[in-house]
Amino acid sequence: MSIGNGQSAGTPLATQDTRSVTGHPTTGSPATRVLGIIVLLCLPLVLWLSFVATPPDAVQGESVRLLYVHVPSVTVAYVACFVTFVASIMWLWKRSEWWDLVGSSAAEIGSVFTALTLVSGMIWGQITWGTAWEWDPRLTSTLFLFLLLVGYQALRAASPDRSSRSRRSAVIGLLLVPNILIVNRSVQWWRSLHQDATLFRTDLDFRIEGLMLFTWMFTTAVGMVLLVWLLFHRFRVGWLANRVEERQLSEAVAARRAEATP
Amino acid sequence: MLRDAMLVAGKDLRVEARTRVGLGQVAPFAVLVLVLFGFALDPDRGILEAATPGLFWITVLFASVLGVQRAYAVESGAGVRDALRLTSLSPGGMFLGKALALAVQLLAVELVLGVGVIVLYGADPAGWILLVGTALPATAGIAAAGSLSGVLAVGLRVRETLLPLLLLPVLAPVLLAATRAFEAALDGSPADGWPWAGLLALFAVVYVGCGIGLYGTVLEES
Repeated sequence: MSIGNGQSAGTPLATQDTRSVTGHPTTGSPATRVLGIIVLLCLPLVLWLSFVATPPDAVQGESVRLLYVHVPSVTVAYVACFVTFVASIMWLWKRSEWWDLVGSSAAEIGSVFTALTLVSGMIWGQITWGTAWEWDPRLTSTLFLFLLLVGYQALRAASPDRSSRSRRSAVIGLLLVPNILIVNRSVQWWRSLHQDATLFRTDLDFRIEGLMLFTWMFTTAVGMVLLVWLLFHRFRVGWLANRVEERQLSEAVAARRAEATP
Repeated sequence: MLRDAMLVAGKDLRVEARTRVGLGQVAPFAVLVLVLFGFALDPDRGILEAATPGLFWITVLFASVLGVQRAYAVESGAGVRDALRLTSLSPGGMFLGKALALAVQLLAVELVLGVGVIVLYGADPAGWILLVGTALPATAGIAAAGSLSGVLAVGLRVRETLLPLLLLPVLAPVLLAATRAFEAALDGSPADGWPWAGLLALFAVVYVGCGIGLYGTVLEES
């Protein structure tokens, strides 16, 4: 059961009969439990590595520890958004519920990590640059990415039925990447005309090696496992929500039919 | 496709000519925004003069939100969308027509605003070739992105509040580029402005292309 095999309605990722010990349906399965356990075991290790094991940076001091949160969340956010982009293209091609749910699940997770990226970046910027916000291409385009993802979800929430929800959100999902590229290039151009081209000054160019590099790569890897884990669960919640929607509709139709035949 | 576009644009512009909502409400609203900016940024302190290009284009963006809403409100009557789908017009043509009609109306609003900033803010339109060369691709881009965002919000109960959230982040690069180009024109250094006009043209091409390709997907809804 892999998330990458793109099958349509035939075999859903949602396991057919997933009931926990309490008897309620769950979105868990042996595969996701393994992923969840990996994440839960690794998180204390991430905290220990980033707060205890690694030394403070020679230039940035203790604030470098924020980057162990910031960089993995950037990576997860951008990967999730790219998944949404690809899933939107695939939806427009295949028109399957599977791709619709992959895209929307990734967009939801992406927006959470984009927000985390922005907040952790601003705290780091306040400490290191002395200002929480700079009109830097990367910062600005991440903010616009967040706003577009908010719009994507608002549009999905506002769409009355599944067909219009999938159609409309696929269009926004497809526009995510060209939009962000245009914003990024135009801001880059704008800033290079007015002041020094780059904000990331050379005196902050620190070398990462050894344990710091390992921590960085390890937290990013944990972040990716977390993304996959959340994606599975969010996909299954979406799948079950669609089933509930269908059942409600068919029950309403049956109720109306029952009214008509006394 | 072009014939379909002209038909749809002709229909929208005829509706506008008979109802005069754009001329009677959107254009006065835009002028009102200029006056309000004047109150907010004291005209005697030079802030207004420095901010003129940005204020002009922000006002155009606000007017475009209203214009897009109006362009789809005229089609919100019972059965109008189904009737349009049954006309066998090509979706790409319908998109181009909507965008064309919107662009014509926006250009009219921009003309009024242009006179407004000259009279109220004391702007000097010496570099008018660049001003026109910026306004045309910028308006094409706004109209294309607006028509595409507009159709995404069609038929939703929250369309009035959703549209600005979808449209304005998309139009942010247009605001940035058009403002820089206008700044260059008003400063008398048009050579700095033409690359921005080129960026606006690229934006317009991307969104016209996306609109032609994607408009049909949204229209297929039953």
